[in-house]
Amino acid sequence: MTSTFTKRPDKRKFDELRPIKAETGIIPNADGSALFAFGETVAIAAVYGPKPLHPAHMQDPERGIIRCNYNMLPFSVTERAKPGPNRRSKEISMVAGNALASVVDLARFPGTVIDVEILILQANASTRCAGINAAAMALAQAGVVMKEMVSSVSIGKMDDKIVTDVIKEEEDWEEGEGATDIAFSMTSRTKQITHLQLDGIIQTQRFMEAVEAARVACEKIHDYQIRALKGEKIDETKK
Amino acid sequence: MNLPNINKKRIISLLKDGKRLDGRKPFEYRDIEIETGISINAEGTSRVRIGKTEVIVGVKMSTQEPYTDHEDEGTMVTSMEFSQVAGERYESGPPQMDSIEIARVVDRGIRESRFIDWKKLCIKAGEKVWSIMIDIYCINDDGDVMDASAIGAVVALRLARFPKYDKENEAVLYGEFTDDPLPLTDHVPFTMTFHKIGESLLADPNRDEEDAADSRITLSVSSGKKEKMINAMQKGGIIGITIQEMEEIITQAEKVYDKVFEEVEKKTKNLIKSK
Repeated sequence: MTSTFTKRPDKRKFDELRPIKAETGIIPNADGSALFAFGETVAIAAVYGPKPLHPAHMQDPERGIIRCNYNMLPFSVTERAKPGPNRRSKEISMVAGNALASVVDLARFPGTVIDVEILILQANASTRCAGINAAAMALAQAGVVMKEMVSSVSIGKMDDKIVTDVIKEEEDWEEGEGATDIAFSMTSRTKQITHLQLDGIIQTQRFMEAVEAARVACEKIHDYQIRALKGEKIDETKK
Repeated sequence: MNLPNINKKRIISLLKDGKRLDGRKPFEYRDIEIETGISINAEGTSRVRIGKTEVIVGVKMSTQEPYTDHEDEGTMVTSMEFSQVAGERYESGPPQMDSIEIARVVDRGIRESRFIDWKKLCIKAGEKVWSIMIDIYCINDDGDVMDASAIGAVVALRLARFPKYDKENEAVLYGEFTDDPLPLTDHVPFTMTFHKIGESLLADPNRDEEDAADSRITLSVSSGKKEKMINAMQKGGIIGITIQEMEEIITQAEKVYDKVFEEVEKKTKNLIKSK
């Protein structure tokens, strides 16, 4: 049988990321801040803290906590999104917070909170991944002690092809075996999966191919994150 | 707000000699930068920086039933939020009074100046009209977010174009755009806020100055045939403004309008040209 998905709508190779933008220090008020973009998907993140957590009864005397908020701006999408939290944004805030908490050495900050704010300015799929990448950079820039870095990418399966960094047009693929969208976050050194969400339909036997694609992509993303943390302003969209 | 008293005293004593901590004169604005290109999915966007203060604004359009008392006129809703990104003091939850006030004052400046030709936003009288939604987000607060928000809203409106509209099915084709700009007039509103600190007045406060301020007057001004016209005003804070101070504010507002609006206008027109 021939595949219905032979090339990607934006002509990328199956394992190719979109043009990346990465920059740190974009919000002067914040302790750490960053922008990360996969092509048309643009996220910014700001970190405030660690700081004492109020009310005090919420404090954990053993370790700090990460309070993550993911929000899409109303004009980031084609049909205006109602501002404020909803079920989707609350879930993403939680999984993103967990992905980040797994790499921060929270035992060093007992009784404190680290606020991580993620805003999606412009959306074309993979917004949570772009947000986590920006947030991880913002945490590192804030000087929060991290055990290792974390990077995030969406891996898709369109018909029978595994692709990296999914766009909206691909998410909606219906032919052949249909579309699967998998959001991964992976740590830089120990290669642990710290966030995983899957929607779609994929053979158990092919799932590990997606994990391998995520590992390769996260290593590339990690390089961009580190370069931006060293002060480089990366913008591949201008080419 | 939480400004240490010592800082406030310092600000007040400097202002008595017409000086400010950052070296500016009392009615001098910081550098204003204007950009666009925040979201390709919006009908219009802008980014305005006044010093370190930064707001981003998006305009989205849709259609709705008109209000019964304005059957052939389009509608507009302005929202403003201090994103939690903007600073430590902002917490999650519904918009607080300060952001509601900014949205309402910006909205009134645009509405009352007759900057928008509402009748040209009518699709079918009594049945369907265009609605404009302006969303303002502050992402870094270093004072004077009110003025930055107002500039941003006006720029985003001027850069906006209509989405495509399917007449047969009476539906907006979201994500597809025409080249048609919004029906705007020459009455471009410009909003300025003057703050009273102790016995002194100043414009464009940074965060410390704004925290030290006792009260404020915001004016939205547009140009009429010969004179400058005030379209909206708002007094904030508890401490009163004397008649002499009000006179000074009007005098200074005309000067700020001539200088700063001119500069904003030049930058906006360059942006529109390079679109």
